[in-house]
Amino acid sequence: MTVHNIYIFDRNGSCLYYNEWNRKKQAGISKEEEFKLMYGMLFSIRSFVSKMSPLDMKDGFLSFQTSKYRLHYLETPSGLKLVLNTDLSVNSARETLQHIYSNLYVELVVKNPACSPAPSLDSELFCSRLDAFVRSLPFFSPRAA
Amino acid sequence: MSRQSNRTTDSKKMNSELFTLTYGALVSQLCKDYENDEEVNKQLDKMGYNIGVRLIEDFLARSSVGRCQDFRETADVIAKVAFKMYLGVTPSVTNWSPAGDEFSLILENNPLADFVELPDNHNTLVYSNLLCGALRGALEMVQMAVDVKFAQDTLRGDSVTEIRMKFIKRIEENLPAGDE
Repeated sequence: MTVHNIYIFDRNGSCLYYNEWNRKKQAGISKEEEFKLMYGMLFSIRSFVSKMSPLDMKDGFLSFQTSKYRLHYLETPSGLKLVLNTDLSVNSARETLQHIYSNLYVELVVKNPACSPAPSLDSELFCSRLDAFVRSLPFFSPRAA
Repeated sequence: MSRQSNRTTDSKKMNSELFTLTYGALVSQLCKDYENDEEVNKQLDKMGYNIGVRLIEDFLARSSVGRCQDFRETADVIAKVAFKMYLGVTPSVTNWSPAGDEFSLILENNPLADFVELPDNHNTLVYSNLLCGALRGALEMVQMAVDVKFAQDTLRGDSVTEIRMKFIKRIEENLPAGDE
């Protein structure tokens, strides 16, 4: 069980926040390019999913998995996108992402008038709280049961 | 969506008089600073807008409201959830245009204007114009361009306070430039 990394994108596609905890393999491209690539893929998946769905959807795209990891996705109606990569044992990180949005992002970034989210988050409080929160997740540790 | 189930959505309650009086102090200071009602209206709208773009995030995090399917649903959410949550009142939604792109919010009492009497020399001041900006800013963040203005105001002798909202267009999301 583990958490690999997290991305937070704003509605315009800029990466507001990135952090990694347990990432053994790097992309081999610059972080800027990686963020663009990730956002582009999310953007395409969203439109793919909405076009291919045979029924009207409520939440749209939720997650995908490969043989090695699972990508969890949460998008708010205001267009903020949170992406969390974990290993396969984590079934749903929806509550986790929702918590990060409502209890960390809204409380510490949106409600801090001195903190403007774009172009990237520079709130130390937000970064350290988020780090502490992710580390405290039951599925964070690679060794935990 | 069960994501709200284990969270309390209670908002912190506080005395609304403090809010009303603070707003009054803000308006009277603006009137001193600008000496021109039109300019004060503009400043209130701008401040409201800045509040709205942040407030929407708080609103979305605290209510379990998802994306609205149409403007009628938007109207309901604004009147029954948002106004209730932030101002403690529930305006009624009326006067729909035939196309369904315009409606009015009728406020029985306007919490911003509880103790207010407008002097005669301020007859073009839209006292609660901050609300218009806040509504516009919040809706813009959920991809809706909307025109908001006061159509009637009890402060100016009308029988009710009416906020008129007109849907302009959906703001399309586009892929950021330079993406391949």
